[in-house]
Order: sequence, then structure tokens, then C-alpha cells
Amino acid sequence: MNFDPRYSTRNFTAVGTRPIRPDGIDKVTGRARYGADFNMAGQLVGRILRSPHAHAKIKKIDTSKAEKLPGVKAVITAADLPDHTNGDAAMYDILDNCMARKKALYDGHAVAAVAAIDARTARQALKLIEVDYEVLAHVTDVDEAMKHGAPLINDAVFTEGLEEKPVKPSNVTKRSQFGHGDVHAGFGHADFVVERSFRTEQTHQGYIEPHACVASANADGTADLWVCTQGHFVYRQHCAQLLGMDASKLRVTSSEIGGGFGGKTHVWAEPVALALSRKAGRPVKLVMTRDEVFRASGPTSATSIDVRIGARKDGTITAAEATLRYSCGPYAGSWAEVGAMTSFACYRLENVKTVGYEVLVNRPKTAAYRAPSAPMAAFAVESAIDELAKMVGMDPVDFRIKNAAQEGTRSSYGPVYGPIGIGPTLEAVKNHPHMKAPLGKNQGRGMACGFWFNFGGQTCTDLNIGMDGSVSLAVGTIDVGGSRASLSLIAAEELGIAYEHVKAVVADTSSLGYNDMTDGSRGTFSTSMATISAARNAIRTLRERAAQMWDISVDDVAWEHGHAVARGEKHGNLGKLSLKEIAAASGTTGGPIAGHSELVADGAGVSFATHICDIEVDPETGATRVLRYTVVQDAGKAVHPTYVEGQYQGGAAQGIGWALNEEYIYGKDGRLQNAGFLDYRIPVCSDLPMIDTQILEIPNPNHPYGVRGVGETSIVPPLAAIANALSNAAGVRMTHIPMSPPRVLAALEAAREG
Amino acid sequence: MAGVAVSTTINGDSVEYLCQPDETLLEVLRDRLGLTGAKEGCGTGDCGACSVILDGRLVCSCLVLGAEAEGRQVETVEGMAHGEQLHPLQQKFLEHAALQCGICTPGFLIAAKDLLAKNPSPTEEEIRFGLAGNLCRCTGYDKIVRAVQDAANMMRGA
Ligand code: FES
Ligand code: FES
Repeated sequence: MNFDPRYSTRNFTAVGTRPIRPDGIDKVTGRARYGADFNMAGQLVGRILRSPHAHAKIKKIDTSKAEKLPGVKAVITAADLPDHTNGDAAMYDILDNCMARKKALYDGHAVAAVAAIDARTARQALKLIEVDYEVLAHVTDVDEAMKHGAPLINDAVFTEGLEEKPVKPSNVTKRSQFGHGDVHAGFGHADFVVERSFRTEQTHQGYIEPHACVASANADGTADLWVCTQGHFVYRQHCAQLLGMDASKLRVTSSEIGGGFGGKTHVWAEPVALALSRKAGRPVKLVMTRDEVFRASGPTSATSIDVRIGARKDGTITAAEATLRYSCGPYAGSWAEVGAMTSFACYRLENVKTVGYEVLVNRPKTAAYRAPSAPMAAFAVESAIDELAKMVGMDPVDFRIKNAAQEGTRSSYGPVYGPIGIGPTLEAVKNHPHMKAPLGKNQGRGMACGFWFNFGGQTCTDLNIGMDGSVSLAVGTIDVGGSRASLSLIAAEELGIAYEHVKAVVADTSSLGYNDMTDGSRGTFSTSMATISAARNAIRTLRERAAQMWDISVDDVAWEHGHAVARGEKHGNLGKLSLKEIAAASGTTGGPIAGHSELVADGAGVSFATHICDIEVDPETGATRVLRYTVVQDAGKAVHPTYVEGQYQGGAAQGIGWALNEEYIYGKDGRLQNAGFLDYRIPVCSDLPMIDTQILEIPNPNHPYGVRGVGETSIVPPLAAIANALSNAAGVRMTHIPMSPPRVLAALEAAREG
Repeated sequence: MAGVAVSTTINGDSVEYLCQPDETLLEVLRDRLGLTGAKEGCGTGDCGACSVILDGRLVCSCLVLGAEAEGRQVETVEGMAHGEQLHPLQQKFLEHAALQCGICTPGFLIAAKDLLAKNPSPTEEEIRFGLAGNLCRCTGYDKIVRAVQDAANMMRGA
């Protein structure tokens, strides 16, 4: 049946309330099972041997000693993962990243793996594997890697997207460009121009749960995988392709997930665990250590960005330009491209041009991290915008309001906007009491805007009505932070029943059709759309059954507040039939009642936020403290407002960590020096203030309830909001993230020396 | 290596197990006793996800040896509720949505329990410093702090 996803106003009863989540009790009692909490009879312990070199040719691997160690059941190298990728370059990169084939490309790159009866034996076995490396020159810095004569990471890479086909290989895999108008002419009309270069360091998503899985491959070619992931269907597809099996023969069950933020969208250890299990003939449990998570999962890009923006005296921006260089690790990516798309998305610009360069370096393969690529671009652009506002002599909020994108604006990356929230978030910030609160000595206030696209994607949902009238909702998008509660609310809303009568579960890959993963803020957006569609299908059946029970035409049966009601005077005496009553009779009216939905959730509404931050700087040490923080963001419609607030707060906190502290530090030897939570310090409770939130609801016209994705945008503004606050507090413009005490102190001293 | 025989008390029950001398209490709880409520986020004492209370002291169970539990009292998240009756902290964590992914939750509940045992009416700052040994990457701590404040009120009032 055709599903109409368009928004229509309604009076919500369930949506917008704040019930306790269905998976909550298991999580506060310790019963919820995460990746490492699952075990199988007879399972072995898997461990991975990793390269200590940033860049090295693998000349020979001798596993014979390890194989002879009692208790070792399998040892594998790349030779045990033959290439089934059939020319699919992206899949080949994934394969090579799971287990280095010819060269180790970063400190931590997997080169071999063992499965043994216990952890101690596995660790011993790793020490017995002899790898003969030829160490090669390496490069870990994004700007260095672009230079002429930099060590080449892959000599088969020739830059794509250049006007002339390059003749020499390069570490730049791709150039991409966006924009419209004529920036040259635009700068000609500018009275003021800001031009600056910025850098941001590489950060990690920092999920507290390390990657973990149990793989069990059977002799008949089938296999089971139990894993913490943001997308079990995607993991199934990738693992099946890499291992040369039919996707349907691999059942992937997602565990509870202990944080992902984009970092659990890629396979790393899972194909290795499956290969080990296949070779050993027993289940294999593989859990990464924290050190491995830092060295060998996927952090975000390090970047180097140049920005130039011009404005007239009246505050109108006449031209904007940015060049963005993003590190990808050793494999091609599209990170700078996304950065180039998002850079100026908040503004209404006549002349805009952004250029992105994807740069290979000897670091782990970059993975998505919450609104991937957008925070760095926003840091550069929003810092420059603040400076420009100052030059023009306007209040930074007013300056942004004057130039903000609106409905009908052609975005800097192409499409024309529908109804959007950037203007309203700015107005809300302008009127927020936070903006008027007094500041003390060495304190400053900053604000910044952020944009993120949000994705829709393939979604499949089953809604089954039990004979007792309770509802089981089986979804295929992983619940990363309360979506089972939101989706139960949606089902309750559409069916007109109580939230308590709906139970949502995440189904495994053999029980439901394909679903894209939970990324791009799509979990609640897309699956709520599929849930509404499934519920509407179920309601159709419920009406048909009621019609049958009453022996009237289905056209005379409406669905209201969880009941079938007979329409028209001639049926005046029929009363109502509740969902429960119809369900109870289902055995005699045609069997089980269910609603299914398979759709591509188009029309994810773009999302905007504006943040305000107060900061205090200690001029003696360069130490900073966030005093107050406010997030204003458009949610379209907040399904479960408490979890929407949670997304806002969590993203802000991650952004604060990124802005002030977190960074990958590589030594001259190309090895990661801070692969642990002690030296890679994420914000703790005592580092942060309460994080105030204000939810705006500007309905997304492409969702029945107006929902927009809310998960990611909140990490986009903090880097810039904090940099602007710091600049106002200390009078120095910070251009290098993180703004750690030594960098702040150096900037202060440079300013003092004048 | 020869195993060490250990007799201890976990959540009020006497428990006996054999473990290797170099095995951590966290490994024993999770891998030998099936008490997977305590989580391993780092294994180096930096995240607090493995927090348990040992003889009234908050410890990272990844930094304690299984053999050290001999003759002592261990409290884990599995022992916080009494049957169907949740501990006030558990109830308030649910009501305030103080968890998103929930991997840090057992550690926070145990650390907060220990904090409130020592300081039944902590200020916001005391809560923030009291829980600074536990990492949460999802929530920004706001709702965790509020849940602990609310639980403290409830426990004092009750
Ligand atoms: S696992 Fe013990 S502190 Fe992180
Ligand atoms: S709720 Fe995910 S780490 Fe705290």
C-alpha cells in the first residue's frame, strides 16, 4: 500500500511524553548484554597481532612456533582471508584494513591473529609469531602528506577530480568542489575580509565499550555473529562478502551497544573472528583492548582548513571561500568532501566556493564520528564569521541572523532549503537569558552555529499484534540511546493505545529485512517513519476485521483512539471495538494481525543548532573552564524529549572535549603515544557544568509527525563556540584545536609580546 | 600456573572459586562467575566501568586481583536491587534518563552508592568530583548528576 510520508498537524497523546525506556531496567540491574557479555559453549579467545610500525612492508610472517604452542587452535594471516572483493575497491580497503596484506599502513594495523583456549595462551602465541618487516618512511601529518616528496602511502593513487589527469601518484585521493556564484567578484564588493588558517587534531569517538564479538562458523557454511554494532545488516553484508559466503547464511545478532557515535559502523575484528572460527572449528570471542580501540579502530580526521569571508559595511556577506584538507588514514574516504559541503550551510550566500582534499596518512582508517567532518569546518567558518562580525561592528548573533539561510535559500552545497531552523535557533539564542548573564574577570562568552544533513535510508519494520492486544515492534535499526522508547511511543501514538502495551525489540538479520545502520541521525527518523507505515497497515487489517465482525463494509469503519468505530447512521447501534477485542477474535477472523513496512525513508530534514558557551581562562597557566553551556536545536518534533535533550547534551560534551583536550599524539616514529583514557582525556563529570537545552520544533515536511534526526548536530557548534568564547575572554584568536593549556598559554604569551 | 582457591562474599552470598594468580577480580566476576554487570572499558583503572565496592571501599575491579577478594565482601551492581525493589539510585537513573547506551551505568550506580554512603547530602560539586573517576561518553553527565541529587533526596527523606 502506498504510504504518504507528508507531515500533517495532529494532537499528540503519546509522542512528546517522557516514559521510562523499555530496556532501562536491564541496564540499571546489570542484566543487559553488551558485546563482551555474550559467551558460547566451547568458545576460544581470539587475539590480534598488530604492527608496531607506521609504515612497513611485510616480507614474511612465520606462524609455525605459535601454531605448536599447546592450546592454540588457529593462527591466521591475510592468506586466510583470500580476496573475494571482485574489484570492489572500497571493500578491498576494508579487507586490507582488517588484516594487512602487503604493507602495514599504521601503528596498530592487524597483521595476524590467533585463537586459543584462554587469554594467556593467546597472548603467548602472539609473541611467538615472527614478522619480518621492512620499515618504510611514513607520514602522519595531513599538511606534510600533501607536500611534494612526502612518503607515498599507496603508489597506485592518482588524485581524482582534477581538471588534468595527474601523471604522478599522490597522497591526495580526491579533490571535490561545491558552491555557486563568483567568489572573486564577491570579494571585490567586500569592505571587510577575514582570512585565516585553522587546524584540528584527530579525535576518537571514545565509546566506553570496546569492540567485541563472538563468531561461530559451522562446517556447513553457515555462521552466527553476536556483536556490538551500529548496523548489524551492514556488518552481515560486509562480513559475508569478505568471507565469500551468502549473506543469508550469516546471522548477525546485535548486542546492546555501549556507545558508537559512528565508530561502530565499520567492521574490523568481526571478519577476523569469523576466519578464526572457521579455521579452528569452534566459536571465537574477540574483544579489543582499549589500546587497540585507540590504535586500530577508526578515529576522525585531522584537518587543515583555510577560510576567507568578505562582508559589506552593512553586514551582508558578499563572498565565502574555504579550502579543506582532511586526513583519511591510509585508505580513500570522502571526509573533506562532506566538510566542504557543510562549511557554509548555515548561510545565505550569493558567492561561495569550497574545495576539499582527501589526504592519505599513516594513521588508522578514518571512521565517522557524529556529524562526521562538520565540526572542524564549523570551527573554521564560525571563528572567521565571529571575527568578521567584529570588524563590521555588529553583534555576532545579529550578524548571523542577517546572513542566515532561510526557506528557499540555495544551500552552499546545492539543494534549495525547505523550512529550516537556523533563523529560529539564532532568534532563540538572542533572547536567551544566558546571553544577558553577567561575566567576571577572565571570562568570555561565545556562540556558534552548526548544520548537519541527516540521512534516511533503507528501513524495514514489523509490527505484530498479539491475541491479547499487546504489540511487538521489531525494528532493524540499532538502539544507540533510547530509540526503542521513542519507537514504542510512535507505535502507541499511531495505533491509539498505551505506551505500556508496546514492546520494541531490535531483530536479528535473519528475522527482518535489510536495514541501513544507525548513522546520519536516522535511527528514530527513518524507523519511526517505517513504524508509522507498519502501524497504518495494521490498522487497515484491524478495520477489515472489525468490518467482518460487524458484517459491514470496511469503508464504514474508521480507526479512532485505539478503536474501530462504525461510521454512518445506519450503524449507529454498533458502538466500538477495541484493538484488544479485535485481536482476541483474530483466530476466527483470518488469523494473526500484523503490519509490515519496507521503505526508503527519503526527506530527512536538515538540522541546525546554535550553542552558547561561557568560559574562564587562567592567564597564568592557559587552563580553561567551561562555566555555562546552552544548546538550542531544532528537533522537528521531539518524540521523547528527555532523550532528545540527552543527545544535545552528549554531543555538546563530546564537542567540549574535542575543543579543549582530546587529540591523537603521534611520535616522530609514527606511533601513537596516548592510546589510553589516562592520556587521551575525555571530559569527566567535574570538568563540565550542567548543559542547558532548548528544543525547537519546526516540523520536517517530509515526516508524518515532523520528526528530524537529532543525534549529531549537537557536536558541530562547540569547537567554534568555545573558540569564540576564549577569544572574547582572553583577546586571542585560537586557530588550533584542541585549545589545550599549552596552546592557550602560547597564544597568550604571543599576544603579550605583541 | 596453579589456581588459587578463594572464598569470598559477593552481594551477601558466600562464593568460592579457583582463579589464576594474575587474574583480575573483574575477570573472575565476568568470566568465572557470570556477573557481567561490571564492564571492562579500559582495564587500566581509567574509566570506572568496572567499579565494585570491596569491604566498603570503591575500587576498580580491573585493578584488584581475584585472589585479593579472599575473606572479603564484594558488592556489585547485581546486588543493588532487592528482588523487584530497585535501589533509589537505579530508579532515579531510569526516571532521569541518566543513561543512553548504559555501558557506564553499573559503574556510576556503584560509585554513586559509595558516595551517598559517605556523604548523604552532597552538593553538585561534591557529586561531580565524587563521580570523576567514572567516564560517560553519552550523557554529558547532566542527567547523571540530577539523578544522584534526586536519589540522595529520596534516600534522606525515606
Ligand atoms: S575497566 Fe576498570 S577502570 Fe576501566
Ligand atoms: S550512557 Fe553511554 S557511556 Fe554513559
